[in-house]
Amino acid sequence: MINDQYYNRRFIISGIMILVACIFLVRLFQLQIIDQSTRNKAESNALLRQTIYPSRGLIYDRNGVLLVSNQPIYEVTVILREMRQNFDTTAFCQALNITHEDFQAQIKEISNVRKNRGFSPYTPQVFLSQLNKVDIAPLQEALYRFPGVQIRKRTLREYTYSSASHVLGSIGEVNQRDLDRDSYYQTGDYSGRDGIERVYEKELRGEKGVEILMRDSKGRIQGSYRNGELDEPAHAGTDLNISLDIELQLLAERLLRGKIGSVVAIEPETGEILALVSNPAWNPQLLVGKERSKNYVALQNDKTKPLLNRATQAMYSPGSTFKIVQSLVCLQQKGITPATMYPCSGPGSTPIKCTHHHGSPVSLEQAIEQSCNPYFWCAFRDLLQRKGYGENNETFRQQYQLWRDDVMSFGFGNKFSDSDIPDQSSGSIPSVRLYDKFYGPTGWKAITIRSLSIGQGEILVTPLQLANQAAIVANGGWYITPHINRNDSMKSRKHTTSITPKHFEVVRHGMHRVMTNGTGRWYNIDSLSMCGKTGTVQNPHGKDHAIFIGFAPMESPKIAVSVVVENAGFGATWAAPIASLMMEQYLTDTITRKPLYDKIANQILNPDVKKW
Amino acid sequence: MSRNGSILANLDWATIFMFISLALFGWLNIYGASYTFEQTSIFDFSNRAGKQFIWILSALAMGVVILLIDYKTYDVLAYILYGVILLVLLATPLLAHNVKGSYSWISLGPISLQPAEIAKCVTALAVAKYMGQYEYKMRDWRDLIIPGLIVLVPMFIIMVLQRETGSALVFSSFLLVFYRQGMTGLVLLAGLLAAVVFVVVIKFSWIPAIIIIILAFAALWLWNNRQVKRFSTWWIVAGLIVYSGYMLACNYAFQHILQPHQQVRIEVLLGIKDDPSGAGYNVNQAKIAIGSGQFFGKGYLQGTQTKLRFVPEQDTDFIFCTVGEEWGFMGSAAVVLLYLTFLIRLVYIAERQRDNFSQIYAYAVACIFFFHFTINIGMVLGLLPVIGIPLPFFSYGGSSLWGFTLLLFILLRLDAARVEKLH
Repeated sequence: MINDQYYNRRFIISGIMILVACIFLVRLFQLQIIDQSTRNKAESNALLRQTIYPSRGLIYDRNGVLLVSNQPIYEVTVILREMRQNFDTTAFCQALNITHEDFQAQIKEISNVRKNRGFSPYTPQVFLSQLNKVDIAPLQEALYRFPGVQIRKRTLREYTYSSASHVLGSIGEVNQRDLDRDSYYQTGDYSGRDGIERVYEKELRGEKGVEILMRDSKGRIQGSYRNGELDEPAHAGTDLNISLDIELQLLAERLLRGKIGSVVAIEPETGEILALVSNPAWNPQLLVGKERSKNYVALQNDKTKPLLNRATQAMYSPGSTFKIVQSLVCLQQKGITPATMYPCSGPGSTPIKCTHHHGSPVSLEQAIEQSCNPYFWCAFRDLLQRKGYGENNETFRQQYQLWRDDVMSFGFGNKFSDSDIPDQSSGSIPSVRLYDKFYGPTGWKAITIRSLSIGQGEILVTPLQLANQAAIVANGGWYITPHINRNDSMKSRKHTTSITPKHFEVVRHGMHRVMTNGTGRWYNIDSLSMCGKTGTVQNPHGKDHAIFIGFAPMESPKIAVSVVVENAGFGATWAAPIASLMMEQYLTDTITRKPLYDKIANQILNPDVKKW
Repeated sequence: MSRNGSILANLDWATIFMFISLALFGWLNIYGASYTFEQTSIFDFSNRAGKQFIWILSALAMGVVILLIDYKTYDVLAYILYGVILLVLLATPLLAHNVKGSYSWISLGPISLQPAEIAKCVTALAVAKYMGQYEYKMRDWRDLIIPGLIVLVPMFIIMVLQRETGSALVFSSFLLVFYRQGMTGLVLLAGLLAAVVFVVVIKFSWIPAIIIIILAFAALWLWNNRQVKRFSTWWIVAGLIVYSGYMLACNYAFQHILQPHQQVRIEVLLGIKDDPSGAGYNVNQAKIAIGSGQFFGKGYLQGTQTKLRFVPEQDTDFIFCTVGEEWGFMGSAAVVLLYLTFLIRLVYIAERQRDNFSQIYAYAVACIFFFHFTINIGMVLGLLPVIGIPLPFFSYGGSSLWGFTLLLFILLRLDAARVEKLH
């Protein structure tokens, strides 16, 4: 009615209002629904996700003795964004007893995104780690003066015994590969680096929890977010019961003092490792805390290679202990019977000399007892040649392949892939192809590979495999994969050799006679009815290695042992007494032969072996 | 009695309902914004929400008083009130103390008032009175000189003497009022063009700016030639030259006339500068707070960004952040739509007035609210530069709430009398 000519302008004005409202709605839609980045920014702004670390699973031995536990340590974290305004660097450095340069260098280090991929100025970054109670005390008192600085409690390992370092392994800060592979880890976390700490990392580490705290724009903590509704508690790691008998383990370690070598003991019935010792070793506490990397480098530089787990990684020719396998394979393939006799031609005989003095001819049992080299050479030769050599050496090579298959059914030449024992070597039983390569398919005969008959030459085994061999003989033809964790799933991993059980009887008697009349007779205890076999392994690099395998008691074996002492000479002199003492300790819980124990334990065979 | 009865009968209850809804929802959010997880009562008068409740009650009381006053009073007293408010505005800088760089607040005992809030209303009355005279007719630009001065004088005082840029800019909303009364729309377009040229020059360079100016004037020339020529081509050429000069002056004005904090705010808005911890902090945090609300919001009193004081001025100029964070898209869209309904309702009320004074005043009210709504939410959403003006009825503050209530209830009183006026 008034200004009628401009009446339509009411619509233009309303239209402008509607347009503005629509722009706002679109913008709200974009900010609140389409753009997801703001939500994360809001969280990193206001919410501080504090990790709660679970306590790592404890480790017990087979008798429930605590071997590995946790000790608290502290680390200092900083949130760079909150440190900006008038941060009292001097006081901070004083509290931590570091220099200004250390401070600057460390800040630079953690803000380097290339080295520290998880870097963010909004989240806590580890500034210093592995501080003990005393180190941290001055900072703890003055913490309120340093905004953005927090102290976190972490746990490190503590060891009851200075023992079993190779088996237990250690934990250390995760490396880039762990971070890439498993999103569970964050920079600065610890994980099992070796030993069963590594193998059972997932079980031991537990599950981290998180506590969500709110902080205001000044970085002050304002309490827990939504009354902790979204917090997740940490779940402690699973405790581990391992099969080691710590008394037995300690005994073996004492006996190996001043020597380079290894001892492996297995419970034949279950495949459980009772002791697994490699010497030189170190005090596991050395690889805990601030000094870890320094000590690690020192261990690496020791020329006796303490970091090498000789019990599972070192490979030796088995020497005479292999005659047990040789006997069983020959019996199985009907190359000999228990009654088969071969003449011993004495020390001057060729191509294989006998190193012992005994009557001739000898039966299998006697041959084992006296470790008669010519017997096993003859048996091996006759087995391989019994069908002749054939066209292009074919028959002979096939026969060799059959022999090799039987040998490998004892677990030689391969790692125990279904075992939880870390760092195994596979050893080697030479293949047809290997000899073909050396000599050409027609170029090798039984005489060419004669060393194999007495466990020398190209054949290589680990002490673990030797102990397992002893367990197979003790069991009469089968074994359970050697393992460390005492859980039921491990006990079902049973393997059977290709040797018929009846053949083991004569061999077991032979091994018993080794202890009663043969090369092990000085270390026998009649009441324990020990079985054993010594070995003296020629070694191109120095003195012979002393080897012994055995088990006891013969009727119902409870323990099978292998002992290797490098460059020690006769197996009967150094390896046999160690094994004998081990069996006595395990079966009777005492050592009655104190002078023998002292003699062995105090004998320094290799002055380079250091006590770490 | 009968007169009071007719007021109640003719009162626009829909507007009152929206007014109360906005004020109460605002109050809830002020409680939310100042709530710091230590439970205090919403009625605790020592905190902001409690105080705002008193402001709301007193504003309602004031509204009732206004409704009781004879509608003719506003017409009669318009010029006198205008004269008084000019004196008050002039005196304010002498009495005021510095509040964040502006001299616009005067203290009366325990309460502080901002005369500029009252000035909007009084200026609207004066403009309505002048343009509503029977003899007044808008023929050409000369008829805009007096109304223009009525608006510009308080605007100038507030901007220059009181240094309260935000409140001063509100007066530019009268342009829409003039437009409705017959001012050519080219003025609005000219303003829009000036804004576009400014942004383009600051953000890019003069080359695209000059292209925009030439295109705009070419369009104007074509449009002018297609109908009866409204102005000669020479005017168009003159305009082109003026704009070119303006364009060249833009950079200079930006760097030398605007204050540094204003420069940075504009640079941040235009994305020239990225400064999330400095000048861009407010807006950046506001966007984060709103965005983190997502569709349904975090729930009342559950917002972390606003509670933990990441957003500054969260219960005054940035109150809309709390809405966005705690009520999500649902809540904030509802508030936007409620405002839109409110504004459209005011336009509707304006159009049903039967006298010029009431209609012009009604448009002034609608346009002032619209300006506040646009600038405030536009700023919070990062669409417009940071200009500190409150969101009507929502933002914490007695002075602004009283000013808005005054503005609105005088309109409601005039509107309620529209039937009376016929007789």
